[in-house]
Amino acid sequence: MAPVKVFGSAAFTNVARVLVCLEEVGADYEVVDIDFLAKEHKKPEHLAGNPFGEIPAFQDGDLVLFESRAIAKYVLRKHRTDEVDMLRESNPEEAATVDVWAEVEAHQYSKAVAPIVYECIVYPTAYGIPTNQKVVDESVEKLKKVLEVYEGRLSKQEYLAGSFISVADLNHFPFTLRFMETAYASVFDSFPSVKAWWEKLMLRPSMKKVSADMQRKV
Amino acid sequence: MAPMKVYGWAVSPWMARVLVCLEEAGAEYEFVPMSRNGGDHRLPEHLARNPFGEIPVLEDGDLTLYQSRAIARHILRKCKPEFLGAGSLKESAMVDVWVDVDAHQLEPVLKPIVFNCIINPFVGRDVDQGLVDESVEKLKKLLEVYEARLSSNKYLAGDFVSFADLTHFSFMRYFMATEHAVVLDVYPHVKAWWEALLARPSVKKVIAGMPPDFGFGSGNIP
Repeated sequence: MAPVKVFGSAAFTNVARVLVCLEEVGADYEVVDIDFLAKEHKKPEHLAGNPFGEIPAFQDGDLVLFESRAIAKYVLRKHRTDEVDMLRESNPEEAATVDVWAEVEAHQYSKAVAPIVYECIVYPTAYGIPTNQKVVDESVEKLKKVLEVYEGRLSKQEYLAGSFISVADLNHFPFTLRFMETAYASVFDSFPSVKAWWEKLMLRPSMKKVSADMQRKV
Repeated sequence: MAPMKVYGWAVSPWMARVLVCLEEAGAEYEFVPMSRNGGDHRLPEHLARNPFGEIPVLEDGDLTLYQSRAIARHILRKCKPEFLGAGSLKESAMVDVWVDVDAHQLEPVLKPIVFNCIINPFVGRDVDQGLVDESVEKLKKLLEVYEARLSSNKYLAGDFVSFADLTHFSFMRYFMATEHAVVLDVYPHVKAWWEALLARPSVKKVIAGMPPDFGFGSGNIP
């Protein structure tokens, strides 16, 4: 079976999200760099894979996918085993809880964390745009409220969806890693269960490998 | 088996997303109305159901769920798994892709248009015309992609109707009530797809609880 292809390097948070899942299931994959600064993602060849001109695109044989969280689910579903089951789709209650916390990541957590990462890291380094401190401050306050909820949950159970790791936990990885590179990383210190959950995630071989890949410049 | 309970207000597009799926599933459910104006969603009783203090919330036996798309998936997985492409790696992937396109591409563009054009005037907030105009331009670019997709596929995930189509309904409903609805006229396949959605009995039923002005005109705000 040919390795699947991921278009875009690990330096992109949304690519890293997919790579973590591929690593978790031990799938063969190939990363194809997309030259962001040369706007390669807006060119016809890439648009054939991601018609919205974004990164990543993904190819498995003649199946072409985009939207990193959809790609992640596909990978985890395809390679599901009894030992590695990140979606729990054969158990309706567990699957529903996984879905809730995957949505929380996408709509509550990332909405707070992503602006901090963009303002503090991406805009200054990739575009030379100065940090909008107002956006950062508002986002940090939002994040604290979200982390209060996470703390309540993770003080009672090991992972977000229960006693088992799932895609809901994995999806937090890329933006959180970047967030920890900003001056606001210490926000997590006030949420000890969340901090412990993050540190435990970072011990996973998949996270270590993709973290190293993410250190490459865009 | 006890019917599922869904908490919130029917005018909410997030609530409507869930209601359409309940109706499509033919599921037995009880609607528990809450008052947004009265701050019901911030009361301890509700925070115990959803610590984020939002609606909708679904109770199904011992399970309490929030986040509209997670609730919708649960209902469909239970009652209409074909709407999630269950059992097919390819079909389920295509459903997931287009559900996320709505969530991450379309909704962020429709929301400022809907909030500025419909809600802001009623609640005494300024209309940010610059933001509306920018959003309409972004919308046109997105609709080009949808037009291409729907020119070669009857539905978003392929030749079968799915959650990917249903999930689009509720924000589109309000967008189509604004003056910018005409934007769809140059995308005939999108327009036809939208009209087909409107013709579904589930959608007709849910739309009855969604006045185009969110109820502000009649003073019937939740």
